[in-house]
Amino acid sequence: MTAWLLRRLVQAAFVVLAMTVILFIGLHVIGNPIDILISPEADQADRARAIAALGLDQPLWRQYALFLWGMLHGDLGRSFVFHEPALQLIGERLPATLELAVSAVLLAIVIGIPLGLYAGLYPNSLLGRSAMAGSILGFSLPTFWVGLMLIMLFAVRLGWLPSTGRGQTALLFGIRWSFLTRDGLAHLAMPAFNLALGNIALVLRLVRSGVRETLPLDYVRFARAKGLRPARVVGVHVMKNIMIPVVTVLGLEFGGTIAFSVVTESIFAWPGMGKLIIDSINVLDRPVIVAYLMIIVLMFVAINLVVDLLYTFLDPRVRLEDRG
Amino acid sequence: MSGMAEIAPAAPETPLQRFVRDFTSNRLAVGALVVVLLIALAAIFAPWITPQNPYDLAQLDIMDGRLPPGASSAAGMTYWLGTDDQGRDMLSGIIYGLRISLIVGIGSALIAGVVGSTLGLVAAYAGGRVETAIMRLVDLQLSFPAILVALMILAFLGKGIGNVMIALVLVEWARYARTARGAALVERRREYIEAAECLALPRWRVLFRHLLPNCLPPLIVIGTIQIARAITLEATLSFLGLGVPITEPSLGLLIANGYQYMLSGQYWISFYPGLALLLTIMAINLVGDQLRDVLNPRQQR
Amino acid sequence: MTTVLDVRGLSTHFTTRAGIVRAVDDISFSVARGQVLGLVGESGSGKSVTGFSILGLIDPPGRIAAGRVLFHGVDLVALEERELRRLRGNRIAMIFQDPMMTLNPVLRIDTQMIETVRAHARVSHAEARTRARDALGMVGIASPEERLSAYPHQFSGGMRQRVAIAIALLHRPDLIIADEPTTALDVTIQAQILAEMQTLSREHGTAMIWITHDLSVVAGLADAIAVMYAGRIVETGSVGDVLDRPLHPYTHGLIGSVPSRNRRGARLRQIPGLTPSLLNLPAGCAFRGRCARADAACASDPPATEIAAGHVLRCFHPQLEVVA
Ligand SMILES: Nc1ncnc2c1ncn2[C@@H]1O[C@H](COP(=O)(O)OP(=O)(O)OP(=O)(O)O)[C@@H](O)[C@H]1O
Ligand code: SF4
Ligand SMILES: [Mg+2]
Repeated sequence: MTAWLLRRLVQAAFVVLAMTVILFIGLHVIGNPIDILISPEADQADRARAIAALGLDQPLWRQYALFLWGMLHGDLGRSFVFHEPALQLIGERLPATLELAVSAVLLAIVIGIPLGLYAGLYPNSLLGRSAMAGSILGFSLPTFWVGLMLIMLFAVRLGWLPSTGRGQTALLFGIRWSFLTRDGLAHLAMPAFNLALGNIALVLRLVRSGVRETLPLDYVRFARAKGLRPARVVGVHVMKNIMIPVVTVLGLEFGGTIAFSVVTESIFAWPGMGKLIIDSINVLDRPVIVAYLMIIVLMFVAINLVVDLLYTFLDPRVRLEDRG
Repeated sequence: MSGMAEIAPAAPETPLQRFVRDFTSNRLAVGALVVVLLIALAAIFAPWITPQNPYDLAQLDIMDGRLPPGASSAAGMTYWLGTDDQGRDMLSGIIYGLRISLIVGIGSALIAGVVGSTLGLVAAYAGGRVETAIMRLVDLQLSFPAILVALMILAFLGKGIGNVMIALVLVEWARYARTARGAALVERRREYIEAAECLALPRWRVLFRHLLPNCLPPLIVIGTIQIARAITLEATLSFLGLGVPITEPSLGLLIANGYQYMLSGQYWISFYPGLALLLTIMAINLVGDQLRDVLNPRQQR
Repeated sequence: MTTVLDVRGLSTHFTTRAGIVRAVDDISFSVARGQVLGLVGESGSGKSVTGFSILGLIDPPGRIAAGRVLFHGVDLVALEERELRRLRGNRIAMIFQDPMMTLNPVLRIDTQMIETVRAHARVSHAEARTRARDALGMVGIASPEERLSAYPHQFSGGMRQRVAIAIALLHRPDLIIADEPTTALDVTIQAQILAEMQTLSREHGTAMIWITHDLSVVAGLADAIAVMYAGRIVETGSVGDVLDRPLHPYTHGLIGSVPSRNRRGARLRQIPGLTPSLLNLPAGCAFRGRCARADAACASDPPATEIAAGHVLRCFHPQLEVVA
């Protein structure tokens, strides 16, 4: 188990290292930050000073070495635009994004599992069929379009929910959160639902097909033959088996959810790091882009690791096998 | 006995007839196909059927900006779907926007299809290290969400329609590679490959003359769905302002342009392009689903 | 002798897209206290469906189309699901065909046993666990206390079947339906389990329906035998009646195909032909396509006739002599 974990950690480190190279080379070989950051009217001396100040006059390998060295110390450079450490910029916006993404995953669980269960138990019922049809929409509708429609309906037409921003926040662990206030929750509702849509569809389908596959299995029939109540048969015998793929897939999707919050944050003006990255790409604020992508990659790698561990924990057949 | 007599003289079905019969068995899919064809025709013949060339700034009158659907221009033209902030006829803008969406979607899907399936076939046929290398790359690519890969590439390359297409190709190729390899591995085991190899045909001929045609059905299915995905992603990127330039708006950009006015109740600038986008994506997806049911005999109908 | 179970004219049909499958078609038999009934037939003859029908575990598209299942005189077919649930695993227990599939792979053995105890007895968790441990000991599982906290995949097939038997015995049921519990096991374990089950039946007066396709298994175990063919019981009677004085041509065929010591070297006679599809089975004797004695009369249904006391037959032309 320890050996397995160690190997996975080394693997993860390699992926992260590879990403630093890809990011760095990609940005330097193809983009040219000098042209964008320095005003064309600046004279030669101004130019040179700016280049030196940004470290852009160094050879590439040195810039990379510096970058890597800095990263190990938690320094990913300063934003060309905000003149603030990139990591700090992202760190300030990370909680908002995490709040949004976690809410979306929770919504997917709270809505997707019961609906999927129902659709699996009663596949021919009206609700079961509509849920399935709806899940196809959930997969294929463009997220941003759904977001716009939500705003049009709930904010403009009905006026029930606020359309943009985080609303009132409250402090917890020194960080501001929206979910702690009523107003914040109202602001969180639409973007979270918007971001959750794809995951709801995914969970719904996973649970439904899991139920359909599990119900006719011998061990479920045996559970019934033991005289257990239906709630126990479905809630324990069926669900325990389905939760393994659901947790695994949701875990793996969490990274994607964070990445996709870029779209949702732009629509609902949610001040997370997704909105920051779009603005940064538009002005080619290189350190911020690199920092964002690095953080995302680190998150992905970490999430994969955690999901792997979780999977091991959930499935006894894997858990007890020697994974060394 | 009369039943037997009726069945006997029927001519044997050709594969094409069978395909057509299977495909038309689902009315929704047929309707979707009709919609796809209509959209494609409208996009192809856009210059002849639109009341206005929305990219020709000379034809736009800023005085006609943000007129509601059904309003008339000073020149007497009716804006059936209203106008945007620059006085652009929405109907014309949408049809031209569809054109860009389709070009980008189909173009990137085709290029990605060629690149991806070639790599997939090579992987299946070469085996060994080549296969491992290609499939590792596929796995890595697929483990990152499309939007992130696209963002990364656009961050490197900058904005623009060409770069969006490059991003889409890089996002999509892996799925084709995986599908092509999967299908090729199955087909390879079949005897005709052995037969072809016995005849000592050159390797590339075996690959492209024998393997490819038999791997085509799953690739066509994936391709159809990937076109829809590409159109969605392009629209998303353009909506975020990272895609096509403002002078030649695609559907995504049209929607983005209208977004700010939507809050003040001028819904049509965003709504109608969105509807067109939705219709396109849903129709292509429905066609793709039906193709999968028809072309994939393993799946129960 | 008190009759525990009395099945009268039971029919179970599955409505499939291709047509109606008459998996069980108008069968009648009864089992008394302490008696073992061997239910014998080829694969697909409807033995398992009979067992599930008794317990009311037939799911759509299947349904009990006709008949009564009298358990201590109460018709289970007409009974409410709640009442039926009180009997399942309590007064009537079933052991399933495939031990590898019977236990839920993600739940520990203790969970699966304790839930059975507590489904029918208001006892504490600790008390339930003690009962579970005792039951494991009773079926010959060494160090039951430790084994309780194991997962099914840590057990061999034979051990799993013992666990299933232990679960069936938890509430000292009046009736056990054992669906080929030993087929998947190797011969020595098979013999062991057979002997243990026989003892249990004798000592506790448990009635048993022993389902098998192997006549030699029931020969030494059962008191009575019912021979099933294509959803019907074609011959039923005491072991002596059916094995020593068989009358139905199919029973003759079955006996002829059993390998036995005193006929060593002689070629086993297989019954020629195939089991007919149960889908839209035409009227008449289902065996007639494979029967040497078939004639025009066999195109109509042979009625159940009591040839001698307790020896019931469905055949127009009983075969008295054994074909050498
Ligand atoms: N859910 C179902 N839908 C349709 N037909 C079914 C269903 N379940 C069982 N059957 C049919 O009922 C018939 C009897 O099946 P059953 O499982 O009782 O056979 P069996 O005698 O137990 O055979 P085996 O010795 O292989 O276990 C089979 O022909 C089967 O096709
Ligand atoms: S009824 Fe006829 S066909 Fe059926 S077993 Fe008897 S003799 Fe054979
Ligand atoms: Mg069976």
